[in-house]
Amino acid sequence: MEIFSVKLTLLYTDILLFLLLGIGIAYLSHARQHEHLIAPWRYLAKSKIAMGSAAILVSYLAFAVVDSIHFQLPEERQTNSQEANQQLRYQSETVSLLDIWLQPLRENTEKSYSAPFATHLFTKENIEQPDGSSLRDYPPLQFGGAHLTERDSKAADIFLKSLKGTIYGILTGGILLLLIGLRIHKKYQLSFANSLCAILFNTTQSQWRTFLWVFTIIFIVIGTTTTLSGGYHVLGTDKIGDSVLYQSIKSIRTGILIGTLTTLVMLPFAILLGIAAGYFRGWVDDLIQYIYTTLNSIPGVLLIASSILMLQVHLDNNADHYTSLLERADLRLLFLCMILGVTSWTGLCRYLRAESLKLREMDYIAAARTMGVGHGTILTRHILPNVMHIVLITVVLDFSGLVLAEAVLAYVQIGVDPTTESWGNMINSARLEMARDPVVWWSLAAAFFFMLVLVLAANLFSDAVRDALDPRGHHHD
Amino acid sequence: MTKPTAQSLTKPKGELLTVSNLATYIQGDGETVKAIDDISFSINAGETVALVGESGSGKSMTSLSIMRLLPSAAKIQQGEINYKCKNLLHLTEAEMRDIRGTGIGMIFQEPMTSLNPVMSIGDQIGEAVQNAKPHLSKAAIKDEVLELLKLVGIRNYQQRVNEYPHQFSGGMRQRVMIAIALAGEPELLIADEPTTALDVTIQAQVLTLIKEIQQKRKMALLLITHDLGVVHDIADHVAVMRYGKIVEQADSKSFFANPQHEYSQQLFNSVPSLAKRGQRLSVVDEAHSSTNQQTSLDQQAAKKEIFRTKSPEKNDDTILSILELKTFFPIKKGLFRRTVGYVEAVNDVSLSLKKGKTLALVGESGSGKTTLAKTVLNLIKPLSGRVVFSGQNLTNIPTRELKNIRQHLQIVFQDPYSSMNPRMLIKDILAEGMKALKTYRTEAERMERMTELLELVGLDKQSLYRYPHQFSGGQRQRISIARALAVNPQVIICDEPTSALDVSVQAQILNLLKDLQERLGLSYLFITHNMSVVSYIADEVAVMYQGKIVEQGNTENIITQPQHEYTKTLMSAVPTLYKTVENELQA
Repeated sequence: MEIFSVKLTLLYTDILLFLLLGIGIAYLSHARQHEHLIAPWRYLAKSKIAMGSAAILVSYLAFAVVDSIHFQLPEERQTNSQEANQQLRYQSETVSLLDIWLQPLRENTEKSYSAPFATHLFTKENIEQPDGSSLRDYPPLQFGGAHLTERDSKAADIFLKSLKGTIYGILTGGILLLLIGLRIHKKYQLSFANSLCAILFNTTQSQWRTFLWVFTIIFIVIGTTTTLSGGYHVLGTDKIGDSVLYQSIKSIRTGILIGTLTTLVMLPFAILLGIAAGYFRGWVDDLIQYIYTTLNSIPGVLLIASSILMLQVHLDNNADHYTSLLERADLRLLFLCMILGVTSWTGLCRYLRAESLKLREMDYIAAARTMGVGHGTILTRHILPNVMHIVLITVVLDFSGLVLAEAVLAYVQIGVDPTTESWGNMINSARLEMARDPVVWWSLAAAFFFMLVLVLAANLFSDAVRDALDPRGHHHD
Repeated sequence: MTKPTAQSLTKPKGELLTVSNLATYIQGDGETVKAIDDISFSINAGETVALVGESGSGKSMTSLSIMRLLPSAAKIQQGEINYKCKNLLHLTEAEMRDIRGTGIGMIFQEPMTSLNPVMSIGDQIGEAVQNAKPHLSKAAIKDEVLELLKLVGIRNYQQRVNEYPHQFSGGMRQRVMIAIALAGEPELLIADEPTTALDVTIQAQVLTLIKEIQQKRKMALLLITHDLGVVHDIADHVAVMRYGKIVEQADSKSFFANPQHEYSQQLFNSVPSLAKRGQRLSVVDEAHSSTNQQTSLDQQAAKKEIFRTKSPEKNDDTILSILELKTFFPIKKGLFRRTVGYVEAVNDVSLSLKKGKTLALVGESGSGKTTLAKTVLNLIKPLSGRVVFSGQNLTNIPTRELKNIRQHLQIVFQDPYSSMNPRMLIKDILAEGMKALKTYRTEAERMERMTELLELVGLDKQSLYRYPHQFSGGQRQRISIARALAVNPQVIICDEPTSALDVSVQAQILNLLKDLQERLGLSYLFITHNMSVVSYIADEVAVMYQGKIVEQGNTENIITQPQHEYTKTLMSAVPTLYKTVENELQA
């Protein structure tokens, strides 16, 4: 596809992520028309914790989505040497929209390790003096702090830059306030000024103020990081001098994909087999139970390791099919999601079987059967909608577990491709860095921080989701 | 055990508990519900006071307020609760615990969930004894426990003391609960619907037991119930509650002879009985839906032809007959699930239901009534026997033909909360059968039919776009009836359709069922354990006991001259209030 003189590239994982987003949006718009479906979400919006963590999750998701629009840029024209009517040629490297934005981070590399905000390399090197003699000292960085002159104070510069970034962040927060205000103004027929007041004084039904605060903080963090990145490596550089900040941000997509796509693979198995086993009982139940008991008894890591190794062999044997490095890495990521999905559907399946066992004895199922309603209709119309809350709760609860699982698998080197940026890979490579003296801590700390924020937000959100969807909750009456 | 009796005998006869101007509010989402709205009453030592009311009237809230065991959302707003001249509301939690253990005992409604399943009966009673009398030695506690078990009439109590709750039946568990409540030798026992979950024969036994113990120990009793029959049997004083207020207080004799308040009178009138057969039961004027129903039914009478009315000629054609039906559930054991035995749920049952008539199936829980209903509807396959509907045997016909017959056989369930999918609109619930059986093919036809149905059962048209949880129990039961009627059935199996409802709502539903029978010529197989409902609605009665029909025949005959031993027990267990009405009829 060629749009705006760039060639769009669709990776498998991109397609699936957009598909998942589509399903999510479709579900929400479907739910809006059904009071009983939207009610728990309205209840969720009344919780401060839920709205705050939702803001964090949304911003992570936004990074992942922007990072999933891949394309190839046209080759830079050599001035006048080529004719305009010639076919456009594309660079061999596929980049994402996020890469364009993070261009400075990608390009400003150093020679080796440098600490956050450092102006000199982390290790001493022989520096040739102008007079020919060599001096063993910390060489100055090519980019970090290179704009500073002798007289400039680094601290003052950092302060000014952060101030500028903070102002940008607050301004963006203000724009968000106006947008939410506009929505409330439209929805509740309040005057625009009144709806702004309602948000700021927290008299709205949903906790928009918390949402706004958290987003403003995120904007401020992004703003300051952007302005500071104009002159420094905010999170330092790694062994080959690449920005750690860039790696951490790129890892967001990997984390989100592992957390969500795995679910997409898992859901059909779990739902179909779970409710079939519970509803039909008899030999269907026996068979499905044997399948998941057997699968459960195989150690998950073993299964994942063997699958990933098999895939690696396949990729090596058919190297000419998978031309770009990115494509190969993407296939491995997808395969990892699938195999994680295959090993993790049994838990949900068990819940759904138990719930369906209970539901099939309900009077309304018996009533439907006396009306001659077929099994398929009973499953889709009576059983499935009544177990959906369990599915949603499990999906949100599993998300954080899967993000962490990626890190563990990368550590034992059966995770994503080593060329794919992921927190797991960062932590894995930090093994040696932690053994150095003085210790190189920033790579590990960055991965840890990014992962912690995501997993914490996901856990808090899932707690709120569980409260909201729990059928015993008081708001269901 | 004689010591406490002597003690309480010396107590001056006076007011043991006085509740004055008590008000308890429940804080909901943005609104406050006045669960108890300024009530006053008192209980003398050794006396039985009954608090009567329908669900939501605040009677349980009253007992929880006295015990100070209110849920966190509920707060006592004003008033005093004086127990032996101490205001309970001013005591510390520790002092209150003392009172709960030794002054006031409490029995709850649900014996199945009130006991800890992993502790033996003896340990659970022993725990209560130890709390009340911490100085006792282990051996003394054990003696005390055995004494209590003997008191509550558990046979073989020496052996059974080491058994676990699951080895006890519902009635026996309620006895254990009573033993636990009595462990502290309370002077006041609060019994919150102590027999509601029990069969009528067991109910009689438990009530007799409570009465005996009360006399033996000179204990005061606060009985909380919705059942006027129970009140009549044991109460000295009656207080009628409605909407958090006490509307009438009187001593039992004058209350039953001559209820003063309009609401009490309506309660009496809505109790179904043999004497009221053929009349409409009076309904409490609270729900406007009841008046709606009346007018809508009158309107319906005018345009009667739009319902596929089978002319209600009362001929003696048998429409549904059950012949030698057996439904056994296999007991499977071992690795290969070998069948090692059977539970004989329905054993050799033969019944016949006549067109336009009501056949009541009576029996206690576990007697196989519901299994029989499900077998008739072909939801469970029988082992042998036949179910014949208009000349066709339903037990072995092909699925396609069965689908045609399903239309004529419908069911209304007991629990109005589990009988409808909570995630479907009423519109979809009603349309389901019509779609599946293709009785009304187009959306427009179905909409027309649904509007008719709602009018027929006395609900307004807006109900179509609501969810089941937005309706009360009685309204849901109306919707269940509408759902059954949607496909024009000839026979409706009513599986305890009113046992989860208050007596006034029960009256509305019974009226509705009778009206529908007259109008549409329906036949009912009416499953129930409530003899007063049977005597009101049934033309014939079959008594089921342990999977077998032990007696069947004309309603009046069975009620007035039961032949079989079990039927006699059943009839004698019916609270005397209901029987006096029958006796009046005989006289």
